[in-house]
Order: sequence, then C-alpha cells, then structure tokens
Amino acid sequence: MIAPPKPDLVTVNIDGKEIAVPKGTNVIEAARLVNVDVPHYCYHPKLTIVGNCRMCLIEMGLPAVDPATKAPIIDPATGKQKINWIPRPQIGCGTNVSPGLHVKTTSPMVKEAREGVMEFLLINHPLDCPICDQAGECKLQEQSTGYGRGYSRFIEQKNVKPKRTQLGPRVTLDDERCILCSRCIRFSKEVAKDDVLGFVDRGSYSTLTCFPGKQLANNYSLNTVDICPVGALTSTDFRFKMRVWFLKQTNSIDPESSVGANTVVWSREGQIYRVTPRRNDEVNDTWMADSGRELFKAVNAPDRLATTASIDTLVAQAAALFKANSTPGAIAVVGSGRSSVEEQFLTKQLAAALNATASTHLVSRVGQGDKLLISADRNPNVRGALVTGLISALPSQKLTALAAAIDAGKIKVVVSVGEDLAAVGLTAAQLAKVSFVYLGTHVNPTSAAAQVVLPTLSVFEKNGTFINQQFRLQKFAKAVPGPSGATDDLIVLAKLVTAASARLSSAPLAAIPSDLGSLWKLLAAEVPVLGPITYANLPETGLLLDATPFVALPFVEGETLHFKPVAPAVAVTV
Amino acid sequence: MAVITVERKPLTLLERTYLPQIVGGLATTFKHLIAPKKTLEYPEQRPAIPPGYRGVPTLVRDPNGREKCVSCQLCEFVCPPKAIRITPGEISADQTDRAHVEKAPLAFDIDMLRCIYCGLCQEVCPEEAIFLQNQYSMSGYTRAEMVNHKDKLYELGGTLPDQHYKWDKKKTAEEHGNAH
Ligand code: SF4
Ligand code: SF4
Ligand code: SF4
Ligand code: FES
Repeated sequence: MIAPPKPDLVTVNIDGKEIAVPKGTNVIEAARLVNVDVPHYCYHPKLTIVGNCRMCLIEMGLPAVDPATKAPIIDPATGKQKINWIPRPQIGCGTNVSPGLHVKTTSPMVKEAREGVMEFLLINHPLDCPICDQAGECKLQEQSTGYGRGYSRFIEQKNVKPKRTQLGPRVTLDDERCILCSRCIRFSKEVAKDDVLGFVDRGSYSTLTCFPGKQLANNYSLNTVDICPVGALTSTDFRFKMRVWFLKQTNSIDPESSVGANTVVWSREGQIYRVTPRRNDEVNDTWMADSGRELFKAVNAPDRLATTASIDTLVAQAAALFKANSTPGAIAVVGSGRSSVEEQFLTKQLAAALNATASTHLVSRVGQGDKLLISADRNPNVRGALVTGLISALPSQKLTALAAAIDAGKIKVVVSVGEDLAAVGLTAAQLAKVSFVYLGTHVNPTSAAAQVVLPTLSVFEKNGTFINQQFRLQKFAKAVPGPSGATDDLIVLAKLVTAASARLSSAPLAAIPSDLGSLWKLLAAEVPVLGPITYANLPETGLLLDATPFVALPFVEGETLHFKPVAPAVAVTV
Repeated sequence: MAVITVERKPLTLLERTYLPQIVGGLATTFKHLIAPKKTLEYPEQRPAIPPGYRGVPTLVRDPNGREKCVSCQLCEFVCPPKAIRITPGEISADQTDRAHVEKAPLAFDIDMLRCIYCGLCQEVCPEEAIFLQNQYSMSGYTRAEMVNHKDKLYELGGTLPDQHYKWDKKKTAEEHGNAH
C-alpha cells in the first residue's frame, strides 16, 4: 500500500499498480506515470481533448458501493472492495481520474478494441510508407506493429483524396494519409490563434483543407507537421530530403529571441536537415516558431567566414594591434547578446585585460514580440551578459557612446564579438577611423573593414549556455562540426585574453581555459549565482537562476507563453 | 631424453630403377591429355552463371521502362558495409506518367569497393527495385571508378519481369477509386 494521498491527489489502480496522481489527470497521463503506454492519436498533452480517434480505449471500473447506504461492497472471495467493471471500453484521453478508479490496459477486450480501431484506420490508408516522410516516426506504423492484422480484409476500392496540397508556404498535405485526428485544427485554433484548417465532407470522405481563400501561413504552421501523428502534414522544406532514422538528434536552443525555445537539431554526417521543438513545459511547451527552424541554413551559407591562416598568427596580429595602442582607454570591446554565457564571461575577461571595462558595449536587438514564442528582445542572451557582469545596465540599440568616443579620437581599436557595427549606428567614416578585431561567422561590413578577422562558430557548431528571459540557464550542444578555417569562439577568446594580458605585462594570468569543464569552475567562482552549476550537470530543461539583482530593470520583453515581465516593458521601437 | 633411432630401409631393386614412378606419372599426364577440359580460357570464355547468383547489385526498371526505386533508403540503412549512398528527390507534378510515385532517387551510388555482395539490399527493398544479378567482374584504375552511379546501375540492371505493377495499380485505383 502506498502512503495516504495528499488532498489534491487521487489514488488509482492501473493494471494492478496503485498510484497517486493529481486530480484532473487523465488516464493516459496517469498510466504514463506507471510506465504503461496507452496508444493514442488525437490526444495531445497541450491541446484540448476531443476523443475522436478511439485508439486509447481502456477497460475501467469503480469501487462498488451500496446504492442505499453508500457502504462499500466487499467481495467475499478476495475480502477487498468489489470493482464494478464497465462492460464497454472507455476512452483514456477523455477520462479523468477519480478516487479508486481501476483501469485495465492489457485485457483481451482492450486488445480487441485497439485492433478494431487500427483496422478501420487503415481501411483507406494508402500504405505508402516507402515514400512517406513520416516513416520511422509514424504513430500508425508503431501501433500497427502491436495491433495491426498484417493483411487487409478490405477488398473494396479505397477512397481517393488529394495527394499534394500546398496548405501554405511551408506545409504540404497528403490527404489520403490523414486519420482525421484534428490535432492540426486544434493547434491552429488554440495555440496559433489562426483558425484556418477544417474538415470538409463526411464520414470516410472527410478531407482536411484550408478554409476558402485562407492559407496555413502563420509563423507556427510547422508545429502542425510535428504533431500530425501520421505523414499527412509534411514540411515542404524537409520533404523527401532524408529518412529520419539516419538523423542524429542534438539538443539545442532556438537563438532567435530571448524566449529560448528548446529544440532538437537533426543532422547527418555534419549536415543539418531540420530543427524541431523539444518539450519544455516551463518554456515552450512542445512548440517553436517556423522562423527558428530556418536558422540552420546560415551554417552552410556561401558568405561564411573562414581563414587559411592559423589562429595563432591571427591572434598575434591582434596582439600587435593591442600593443600598439596601449594607452588606457584606447581599446573598446563590443560584446554580444548572441554569445553564450561562457563567451560573454571571456569577453569580460578580455575587456579587463585590455583596460576596456569602461568602454564595453552590448548591442540590443529589438523586434515585435508575437506574445507566443518570439519575444521583443531578439538577443538570446542579454541576461547572460548581466549575470556574468559583462554589462551592468541594459544595452541600447545604437552605440552612440562608442561613436562619440571614436569621433573624439579616444578609441583606436575596437574588438567586436560578432556585432556588425555598421548596423548599430557607426558611420563608414567612423569605421574607417579605427582598427577592428572582428570575431564572427558571416561576412558583413565590419568584417570587411576589420584588420584582423577571426572566424568563429555558429550556435549549431559549439557547446554553451544561454540565459533566457525567465533567467533560466539552458544549454545547447554541438550538433555538427564547424567548417575548416573557423575556430571555437571560446578558444579564440581565451587566446585573445592571454595575448592581451601579455601586452600589459601585468601578473601573467593563469592560462584562461577554453574548455567548458574548467571554464565553469572559474565561472562558478566569480559569479556566485552560478555557484554549484557545471555545464555537465545542468538539466536538459534548464535551471531557473536567482534574478533578484535584476528584476527591477526595464527589460524590453512583453508577455509571451509562460512569461510575464516583472517590470513594465519599455516602449518598443522597431 | 629418449632418442629413437629410425632405421632407413634400403630401396628395392625395382625402386632403384625409378621406372614405376615415371610410368605412373606419364599415365596421369596422358589421361588428362584426352579427358574433357576442366578450365575456361577466361576472359574470352565466361562461365555460365547459375540462377540465384549474387553478383553486382543493380537497379532495374519495370517493363514499362520506369524506374522502380523510390529512394526509400532502406537498402542504404541495411547495407552492412555502408556501400550505398542515396540522395532522394521529388518527382515533379508535371511528369504525368509517374507523378503519382512522388519520389525517386536524385543520385544513387554503390561503392563496389565496399560492397560485400551479401544481398541484403535486394532482400529489404519494398519496391523490388534492386537486384544482385549475374555481373561478377568489376575493375577500375581508381577508387572513383569503382563507385557505380545511378546511370551505371540502371545500365547494368536492365529490365526484369514485374510481378506486381504496383504503381500502375495505384494509378488505376486513383483514377477509379472512390473520389468524392
Ligand atoms: S492532417 Fe495529421 S494532424 Fe491533421 S487531422 Fe489529419 S492526421 Fe490529424
Ligand atoms: S549486396 Fe550487401 S554490401 Fe552490397 S550493396 Fe547490397 S547490402 Fe550493401
Ligand atoms: S532500391 Fe529499393 S530499398 Fe533501395 S532506396 Fe530504392 S526502393 Fe528503397
Ligand atoms: S486519444 Fe483518446 S480518442 Fe484519440
């Protein structure tokens, strides 16, 4: 027997195992807690329940009580309270737990019910797994293994439906494969708030389609592809590109805004094929924006920076620049809200070694928030710069202070970590007045003007952490190796710090580590709030940090999914 | 250590003449001179390949001349030495005779320096599109030459009789099925 349940818990019995679950849990979720799988198609934990696929049928019963006295009826054979089993199967998704509920998921009745449902679902199914993109991650395939007949008794002609409908710019629909679960319809209506999908016709002729004159074009349309349990909705971009069983999955973070949606990057042999959301109930549920799924295309862009020179030669060139401008305050550092926490920490070390702490800048990127999973702050890691102490006030969009200092002739060298200074308010004349050391991934006016260009890696090619708008520290991992001629940002920064501190001939800094293990030890020592954390022990769903020192700052974010700003957001100028 | 002395027997008179051995040897030689030949003058003469022989894997067309492979990549997955490499592609909607197949390989390479002639690709193929046929001799001067590309694979494979006409049936079903 388990301990008496807490008030908001109810004890249920699933396949003979007793478990206490919160009130309001349905049978599918309760069964999941005791590692019992209840097959389902239409149920999705983040959508309303409709109960139309009937795959989740279970057998259930309630403890018997005397109708008159409400006294429990004891079964004389076992000495326990009798269970009144309901003679018909019930749907697990639409049944919430109640005290004493008994559930059987393995009884012959349940098995027969599942087999019956599977047979009906496959009646009009085209069975084109060899050409179907969902093959390998298809719920219909999975359940057919357990509950399919292996041959068809259906000798009539199958229904014919459209095979290649463009529902929108990114989604292609094969109607013959659709099992009419309506997940996509519910998602569009409830989450994306763009009600464009619906069924037309009746019975087995039901066909999914867009309302006349509408398109499934919102920035969340590809989530319908993710939740479609079969291969009906496919991503036009990923369609026929690669079978999913070849793809390696790497956990990552969507860097397009400070929401920090959790993602999975799917790659094969160093090439990324797609990015999908990863469930994190505190951040992005199971969704992500379409725009974040296209960012990987920049990895193989033709304008990627690379060098044939060795990194040490380039660092030596930078060191020479540093040495030639050793008057205090002659060097400015522009950090980035797109860098990882570790990189920002090293950027701060670099600024300190260059005597540039006073002229350290960060660029703010502001866009329109969509109140869902894209926030107004388009930098993934401004919070990281605050926590590591790279900056102490919120960044602005234009670097006017830096521009003024350049005009006044005070600044001679600018080290920019991935920021295009032409885009943040510096004129060509100002750019021409100073020397640049540029660390970055792609060609831009600053990299073209820079004296020393140090090619670095994109977020898909390195390990690191971001701190999102909730002050949640989240890690991303290296999905693919970087191109030849580019070096990990941490290595470049560590080498620059060493070169810069040599210039000052101050007490030679203990070699700055560039591997995450040793770097986190240093980080934890200098930044108390990151105290016991290491990169390795950080959970995949992130860790909420103590944000007390920063809560009063006027961050630009408005409300998004699972996030309410503490301080009122400043007016957003786009 | 015990030493065993082996006594060497002296040869008999007949043995000392060597004649029995010479006559025996010549008899064998003359027997093979008139016996039917066991060898082939390869490469001018080629052996007959028995049915079921597992030669070089090839791609085949159906009797209508259409490619059967739909680039499902199952053979690529199953191939133990990873000899197969496929780039899948889409059949555009304007190819009316086979647009309903939707998918075909853009590129299909089999590295014959890797292939171990196991036949698993043939066994796994759901479209009966890849067969190990009777081609057994492969040679080339470079590694690159030893990779059979799609054209070569179809050239080697030719056309095999089809049991199913799957995609023809699919098209008929599509045209006469229960459209609404
Ligand atoms: S397209 Fe997919 S998600 Fe939409 S109803 Fe059909 S099976 Fe369900
Ligand atoms: S015969 Fe075997 S080794 Fe050769 S390509 Fe086929 S699966 Fe690969
Ligand atoms: S040859 Fe057969 S198994 Fe290989 S990709 Fe083509 S259809 Fe698939
Ligand atoms: S999952 Fe319960 S009816 Fe579909």
